[in-house]
Amino acid sequence: MRVSGRTEAGNPVLRLTGITKQFGALKANDGISLSLGRGEVVALLGENGAGKTTLMNILFGHYVADAGRVEAFGEALPPGDPRAALSAGIGMVHQHFTLAGQMSVLDNIALGTQPLFSLRFDRSGAKAKILKLAGDFGLDVDPDALVQSLSVGERQRVEILKALYRDARILILDEPTAVLTPQETDALFATLKKLVDEGLSVIFISHKLHEVMAVADRVVVLRAGRMAGEVAVADTDRHQLATMMVGQEIAPPDIAPAVPGPALLSLRGVHAAGQGGGPALHGIDLDLRGGEITGLAGVSGNGQAALAALIAGTASPSAGQIVIKDATVTRWSPREALAHGIGRIPEDRHATGMIDDMSVAENVISETYRSARFSRHGFLDWGAARAFAEAIIAAYDVKCPSPDARVRLLSGGNMQKLILGRALDGAPSVILANQPTRGLDVGAVSYVHARLLDARARGAAILLISEDLDEVLALSDRVVVMSKGRLSSPSARGERSLAEIGQLMAGHGFEGTAHAA
Amino acid sequence: MLDALEILFTATFWAAAIRIASPLIFATLGELICERAGVLNLGIEGIMTAGAFAGWFAVWSGADLWTGVLVAALAGAAFGLLHGFLTVPLGLSQHVTGIGITLLASSLTYFTYRVALPKVSSPPKIEAFQPVAIPVLSDIPVLGPALFNQTPLTYLAFVMAGLVGWLLYRTPAGLALRAVGENPAAVEAQGISVTAVRMGAVMAGSALMAIGGAFLTMSAFNSFFFEMVNGRGWIAIALVVFGSWRPGKALLGAILFAAFDAYQLRLQQVAGGLVPYQVFLMMPYILSILALILVARRATYPKALMIPYQKGER
Amino acid sequence: MRLEPRPRPTVLHTLGYPAGAIAVTVVFASMLVLIAGANPFSVFWLVIKGAAGSQFAFMETLTRATPLIFTGLAVAVAFRARLWNIGAEAQLYIGAVMTVVLGTGAVALPAVALIPLIMVAAMLAGALLLLGPAVLKIRFGVDEVVTTLLLNFIVLLFVSMLLEGVLKDPTGLGWPQTKKVIDAAELPRLVKGRRLHWGFVLAIASAVVTWVIMKKTALGYEMRAVGHNPEAARFAGIPVNRVLMKTALLSGGLAALAGFSEVAGLKGNLTLDLSPGFGYTGIVVAMLAMLNPLGVVLSAVFVAGIFVGADAMSRSAGVPSYIAQVMVAAALLTMVAAIMLSRFRIRWR
Repeated sequence: MRVSGRTEAGNPVLRLTGITKQFGALKANDGISLSLGRGEVVALLGENGAGKTTLMNILFGHYVADAGRVEAFGEALPPGDPRAALSAGIGMVHQHFTLAGQMSVLDNIALGTQPLFSLRFDRSGAKAKILKLAGDFGLDVDPDALVQSLSVGERQRVEILKALYRDARILILDEPTAVLTPQETDALFATLKKLVDEGLSVIFISHKLHEVMAVADRVVVLRAGRMAGEVAVADTDRHQLATMMVGQEIAPPDIAPAVPGPALLSLRGVHAAGQGGGPALHGIDLDLRGGEITGLAGVSGNGQAALAALIAGTASPSAGQIVIKDATVTRWSPREALAHGIGRIPEDRHATGMIDDMSVAENVISETYRSARFSRHGFLDWGAARAFAEAIIAAYDVKCPSPDARVRLLSGGNMQKLILGRALDGAPSVILANQPTRGLDVGAVSYVHARLLDARARGAAILLISEDLDEVLALSDRVVVMSKGRLSSPSARGERSLAEIGQLMAGHGFEGTAHAA
Repeated sequence: MLDALEILFTATFWAAAIRIASPLIFATLGELICERAGVLNLGIEGIMTAGAFAGWFAVWSGADLWTGVLVAALAGAAFGLLHGFLTVPLGLSQHVTGIGITLLASSLTYFTYRVALPKVSSPPKIEAFQPVAIPVLSDIPVLGPALFNQTPLTYLAFVMAGLVGWLLYRTPAGLALRAVGENPAAVEAQGISVTAVRMGAVMAGSALMAIGGAFLTMSAFNSFFFEMVNGRGWIAIALVVFGSWRPGKALLGAILFAAFDAYQLRLQQVAGGLVPYQVFLMMPYILSILALILVARRATYPKALMIPYQKGER
Repeated sequence: MRLEPRPRPTVLHTLGYPAGAIAVTVVFASMLVLIAGANPFSVFWLVIKGAAGSQFAFMETLTRATPLIFTGLAVAVAFRARLWNIGAEAQLYIGAVMTVVLGTGAVALPAVALIPLIMVAAMLAGALLLLGPAVLKIRFGVDEVVTTLLLNFIVLLFVSMLLEGVLKDPTGLGWPQTKKVIDAAELPRLVKGRRLHWGFVLAIASAVVTWVIMKKTALGYEMRAVGHNPEAARFAGIPVNRVLMKTALLSGGLAALAGFSEVAGLKGNLTLDLSPGFGYTGIVVAMLAMLNPLGVVLSAVFVAGIFVGADAMSRSAGVPSYIAQVMVAAALLTMVAAIMLSRFRIRWR
């Protein structure tokens, strides 16, 4: 689906020239230039860490560029002033929404649009304007609802309404489809079409080739902070874009057919409380079999966090059973999980994976410091801890100055390698890989994939949870889909079509489910 | 036994309860404003001490009473500025900074007192606020003398509760203040400076706390004593939690608390001798802890409370 | 403005900023001295002389430092695990109560048995007193800052009740004070004719033991992990709640030793003015030491020096001794800011 066919000649509504930004040793943006015409959709394509988000943060005034200038509608924008970007008619929908959950949709949208020290907050006027915009652009949402009660798709609509409410003429969407079902993505694209028909211009940030091909008029490709190319969508294809984005052609991982062994961990009719605002789990049945990767697809926030917590040991089932190697477990905690040979890669490296302010050595022993290997009579053997850290640093090619370095100073990829080293130490029989490649660059992603496939080859049972549907489909021998705390039956590789999986992700087609509506 | 219950139906009892509640109302509202913006202000105890001294000292030096209130508010705002600067742009621990502000404000107050009044053995008295009966309303039996024959500062406390509620829920500035305590990134994304909103809130809240302190020296009593705030600041912090960060509920909480306090004072007179007086004096503090236990689990606190915000971070 | 972490703080940063903090504190105090109508140079000279100008003065400073080392350690271990114990004052008084309960003749034992017994009892009482707020935090989510603060008031009233009741010295002419502890319960003086007592040695030993716990043991490791990131600690299988309770016990016990040492080593009996806020000052001591147990000894001596010196200065120069408290509070605020600035740099755009 092409959103806009026309590109008007004449002055661009937005022009970025020679943008350069350095963070320490890292050049996040190096001489990047980009222009956007009226009614045009430009896709900003690049891998994680290519510099897309930095560029947009500069445009929006969150960062100040070391060099370069930003012009909107022919006028230079003062650097470092989000207000200037807003009043110049630039609206941004961030990847992580900037909404206050305990406040209403209306409050979130109208925040900061009325003079701060006026004595009255014009609620009815604001409501009328929101309803009109919502009707015009198909952004259906109740202005009086609390944001925390909305689905992810609805929250994204609120974010777009926020920009439109301020009469934005340029809309920047940062990875907008990462959290949507395929169907919601289509609805978003329909909205974008209405917007460009009204003469708005859109910058669409993504690393997904098919979306870029579907929605954009023109593509600007970033690689490692530099411009890797600029091309009209009509003149290119996915193959060429992939090569520009990654630098060389990447072959999909070569995966030998699985030889599934017995179930090493099973969930039997498990119910559990929701985690992180997600729904509770309803009657989950799942077998993780040795020598097999089971992939979990689903829109984030549908109970994946609760399932991951269950397997990691941080949560216990309220009903049902966890069966490990034919024995039902009675006590369940992170320690029990570790003792049962479960290796865990948590969703959020900084929040749960590592303790940023402690050293590499202190972090790698966090799951095993009580073992005889690292402690005696309550005293820790720091020599052994350091040696273990050195071993992981060498085996996993971690770039870090020493085992005593603070983890905070490591890059995301190196941090993830430390977590891998810690989780895979001792050859765990079951591996929970929750968003194992989120935010990593191409090299680190393929490294993580290779290590997971190694573990599969030696007979480990792996549960792969990822927001990136492409990753799930590429790696998994079997796929299960999660929606509203329920789990679909598993399907072998290629058994279900993308559309069928999308239907399940949207909550349709669960057998015997009252919620399937 | 009968005596103990009859107390509850006397006008003097309720008049005392309202009087005891007044400084707590100011202090609780002040802390509430800070916390709704995401900043815990443990400087409250010291700021109240500073306000108590500043207001009283201004009046003793010849200023009129309302100027004294203004001076107290300014002193509070100054310490709020310091607390805000250290915790908002610098992002220092709100716990440690707050305790530091309390230590600094109270010791600076005592130092100033000693420098200004080196030779007095008992602190001089001022002409404090006097009760003003509101015509008609004060004639209502029981309720009239209890509610409508108070000092102007007490009336101001109640007006402030309404004002703060209106500000928080009915004005764009209040919307920004609440949002900054929920998700500062949402505010920054809408072009409002998180730093400015938080600093403003901490200064305004601290000014209110200081007026709460000034109530002690300018309305409840007419002189300044060391240690006269006596934990009221900490109780106000408990009352904010008890009131679920809402001005109306905080007001009710303060009155309820003050009623208990007034009641134990009277009970002490009735049942004095049987139980050591210290047990009665402990009641307010024990009550505060019990109140916290009661509500803490269910409390929906501001999501960004105690979390420093850095621009561009989300 | 925005804070960016310094990848490698230089010596200039790690020493320069704290030195700057001291400078700001001194300048601020000088202004106050000027307002009070005295000459800052002579006042500060008098403070230094009063704190360390003679063997007698320095021993007074060490005597004053003794309780501050205990409360500083109590705060340092608690804050390390991010358990906000603001109640060291109350724990100190409970430790003192246990000391007079057991040490005024109720138990007749030789010193080698009685003193350890009292110490254990005092530590247990202080530990249990802090366990309450820790359990309320874990079980009910009640903020321990408020509960420990309020407990300070409750315990002080409780002590006042004891002093006018069961623990009142019948020969005390009606004053609210307890009997003196018996000789076997007394901590001997270190130097004849000076007030410095064995409590100081005990404080140093406690600092060393605490340092070993924090750096070398699994418990110390757990406490640091819980303090830095409880969620990650829980994920790794560290029993966060149990660690918090152990922290509370250790912290409360250390603070109680301050009360024991003051009664058994210095005052001999318990009165309501046993502590002029040692519990609160312990927070300053711990923060100035950046929560390092060995650093607590140095910072306690430094803070005690200011107090002792200011007392002496106040007698001769007429500047109120409250200047010491002002300086200590200002030092706390400037120092936490300086530590932040030595690790992060400010970018104005």
